Amino acid sequence: MTLNAKNIALFAIIGVIFILTGFAKGPNAALYLLNLGLISAILALGVNLQWGLAGLLNVGVMGFVALGALATVLISMPPTVEAMAAGGLRVVVALITGALVIIATVMTSKRMKPGKKRTFTILGLLIGGFFLYRFLFDPAVAAIEAVNPAGTGYLGGLGLPVLVAWPVGGLLAAGAAWVIGKTALGLRSDYLAVATLGIAEIIIAVLKNEDWLSRGVKNVVGIPRPVPYEVDLQASDTFIANAASLGFDNPVVASTIFVKLCYTGLFLTVLVILMWLSQKALNSPWGRMMRAIRDNEVAAEAMGKDVTKRHLQIFVLGSAICGVAGAMWATMDSTLIPTSYNPLRFTFLIWVMVIIGGSGNNWGAILGGFSILLLWDWGEQLGLWMMQALTFPLAEGVWLKDHLIHNAPHMRLLMIGVVLLLILRFSPRGLIPEE
Amino acid sequence: MDILNAFIALANFVLIPAISYGSQLALGALGVTLIYGILRFSNFAHGDTMAFGAMCTILVTWLFQSWGISFGPLPTALLALPFGILGAIAMLLATDRVIYKFYREQKAKPVIFLIVSLGVMFVMNGVVRFIIGPDDQRFSDGARFIMKARDFKQMTGLSEGLAFKTSQGITIVTAVVVVALLFWFLNKTRTGKSMRAYSDNEDLALLSGINPERVVTITWIIVAALATIAGVLYGLDKGFKPFTYFQLLLPIFASAIVGGLGNPLGAIAGGFVIAFSEVTITYAFKKVLGYLMPEGLEPSSLVQLLSTDYKFAVSFTILIIVLLFRPTGLFKGKSL
Amino acid sequence: MSEPFLIGDGMTGGYGKGPDILHDCTIAVDKGEIAVIVGPNGAGKSTGMKAVFGMLNLNKGSVRLDGEDITKLSPQDRVAKGMGFVPQTHNIFTSMTVEENLEMGAFIRTDDFYETIEQVYELFPILGDKRNQPAGELSGGQRQQVAVGRALMTKPTVLMLDEPTAGVSPIVMDELFDRIIEVARTGISILMVEQNARQALEIADKGYVLVQGANRFTDTGQALLADPEVRKSFLGG
Repeated sequence: MTLNAKNIALFAIIGVIFILTGFAKGPNAALYLLNLGLISAILALGVNLQWGLAGLLNVGVMGFVALGALATVLISMPPTVEAMAAGGLRVVVALITGALVIIATVMTSKRMKPGKKRTFTILGLLIGGFFLYRFLFDPAVAAIEAVNPAGTGYLGGLGLPVLVAWPVGGLLAAGAAWVIGKTALGLRSDYLAVATLGIAEIIIAVLKNEDWLSRGVKNVVGIPRPVPYEVDLQASDTFIANAASLGFDNPVVASTIFVKLCYTGLFLTVLVILMWLSQKALNSPWGRMMRAIRDNEVAAEAMGKDVTKRHLQIFVLGSAICGVAGAMWATMDSTLIPTSYNPLRFTFLIWVMVIIGGSGNNWGAILGGFSILLLWDWGEQLGLWMMQALTFPLAEGVWLKDHLIHNAPHMRLLMIGVVLLLILRFSPRGLIPEE
Repeated sequence: MDILNAFIALANFVLIPAISYGSQLALGALGVTLIYGILRFSNFAHGDTMAFGAMCTILVTWLFQSWGISFGPLPTALLALPFGILGAIAMLLATDRVIYKFYREQKAKPVIFLIVSLGVMFVMNGVVRFIIGPDDQRFSDGARFIMKARDFKQMTGLSEGLAFKTSQGITIVTAVVVVALLFWFLNKTRTGKSMRAYSDNEDLALLSGINPERVVTITWIIVAALATIAGVLYGLDKGFKPFTYFQLLLPIFASAIVGGLGNPLGAIAGGFVIAFSEVTITYAFKKVLGYLMPEGLEPSSLVQLLSTDYKFAVSFTILIIVLLFRPTGLFKGKSL
Repeated sequence: MSEPFLIGDGMTGGYGKGPDILHDCTIAVDKGEIAVIVGPNGAGKSTGMKAVFGMLNLNKGSVRLDGEDITKLSPQDRVAKGMGFVPQTHNIFTSMTVEENLEMGAFIRTDDFYETIEQVYELFPILGDKRNQPAGELSGGQRQQVAVGRALMTKPTVLMLDEPTAGVSPIVMDELFDRIIEVARTGISILMVEQNARQALEIADKGYVLVQGANRFTDTGQALLADPEVRKSFLGG
């Protein structure tokens, strides 16, 4: 990024709005928003890698975020020993069987000659495999979910520190991205969009329905934290003393702010590392090659570049970043709530961040992440103000006025859409354009 | 007798629902495929266009209901449908003039159009939620059933009942009429043929004196009608909720791609392929098999291949299989 | 000498804002005549014809049809003025039937054009037999007939063909040339770019040999065929 007045001013404006948010909503809310902004910036970096550097349309960000969140449960929650004894082994065997069936099918379709014989073998394998899988899987699931359904009813996790889940979340997302990329890359660009849209819905469906894995709609709460708990801090005399020396008399406020600042430090570290890596990648020969491919795929292919393979690489990388961000998000909230994942919020809003920030520019992605998050957060309030101003001439209790004010929060979707359309039209390269 | 009962159960729980759902998907996919064929981009705002058209229809329906106008045993929404279509046409033509036209003149890449359609999607989604709210809305009235399960049992003496909802009957009849009209228009009228010509070979169409802006305008009008009809039929059948329409995007795109993007016939075939697979795979066959299997061998489990929550997985899997083995779709669509 | 029916006079220009491809190039054709543009690869043959049809920007020179200056008209307007154009590739609607292709050719006409369709079928009987088949399913030579037939549907006074015989077998080429002569006999002027120079010049009333976007030789077809220099350089001896 060139350090010109405009770019500095843009970041300064965002900073000022955060400070104003702090005054308006209190320091806790502002810090939470800042932490969410850091996560959004990381997500935007991941999507920018795919779209800005390679021109790939990943419309399944939500799915990769959710996989990251699942990783926090699988890694850090205490194991449900009873459930594991009841059906853990059988589930694992069932899953391995399922994977083997799929591998066998892929092998058959590659090794055998096309024809009726192959079709029947594949069909036989798939149908037989499916019933075998269900035979192994169903009783195990029933057994696991029967174990204390109100409290656990799932396998639980490995009981490891939650920070381990962050890279693991990235790996899970990378794995899913690899499967999708293998099938949909190399075809038309819109096919990748539809395929990723689909995988995201399926991942969410799995989280909602596979209670043995994620407790489904019963949610997982109390995911262990990488930072201290407020109650512990409030009980600690050294903390109270230190807080008081800094001018914080109320230990409750001090502890909540301290905890959030710990998250800020952790997230900032991750963002700085990823940003450094992204900038390195962008300016490396590899990054130049990626941009060359993006700008002229035919020419790059003619020069002997394996375009599909490069695309797969960058697609997996970008999705992995989304997975890491998803794990961070779940860690901050300490919960996994499958029903909270909504593509408008978790996929398309990230896209808006990238495009408004400036496709292809990592600093732009970060700026977009923060600014759109702020707009999203303030959107309901802005909508309400707008409606109040608009309906000011109307008398209290008029049907139209009530309706408009009641539905004002939905204005924010409209606002985001309008901002996106305006930027695309009048400043298509975004706030901080690619260099 | 058991075979007959099995068949009735199958018809009641699989065939009829799949045919009406398939009709709804086909109408939706036709809209997507027409936009793809003429304007050459994947319109991610299509689900929300359906929601918008359906919302307009619902508002007029409520107005009619408050005036005491009804359509006898048929839902009042059918009377309101033309007004809903008009609303959707106004919306789509406005978005075209204000938004898409600019990119057409720039000859922007399809992917840019796709992203622009994301912006339109946000706006439409916001408008719909703002006007009617994010919740379920009921607007169907008139007779609920053409045939009740109990009446069927009495009539035939079978132990299985066959229920046929009015909404299903209307869906199927409307879809047949609409599709017939559309194909008549595309294949028999001068304007329809000029649309096909434009979709087939843009340069030659220009050379032949076909006015591209007129073709585009007519396309949006047809798409608005198709989307509104699809949206209203789906709403009558399963209830109106803005978010479900957004989620319909996946099966609709899957239908259009499976059939071959840009190919109207393919969109219809794709819609039914997806609908039948979804319904069949998520149906519990216990009852049907219970009639068919010899005594003592009846299945004890539900014999449901996948739980209904995985219906997206079905459209997705079919999509992936088609992408892997036949990227241009079952009927040859545009590959580029 | 009176002014020819269609003339691209002293044309200089190129595509968009790119460099000039044509340099003071003149191409003309008279009523009912066949004029052929030949020359080596990259000589600007197709470009010359596209310039006459208004598909590139002329910096100098003019195009006149029947005495009227049409330099400023768009290709679409020139079609309305009675010029028919058959592009070299993508010149039919592959997913539409033969008859629909012809109907689309007549799109700008508001009168009854079924008579013209019958005339096209008379000229190209095979198209009449296959009128309800998708044009994309026809053979290469038949596709070219559809393309020519489509352009004839506006009842043009001038028909411009961009390499009509590209990629068809010699037998089909001869047949196509026969048809083109028949079209010319109905009083339609023909301007044609051809790769198969010798055969084309044989049927040409007038031949233009272009080199690097400029006229090198201009004469009757027979005279050019007889010219030893033309033979040596462009006809392979």
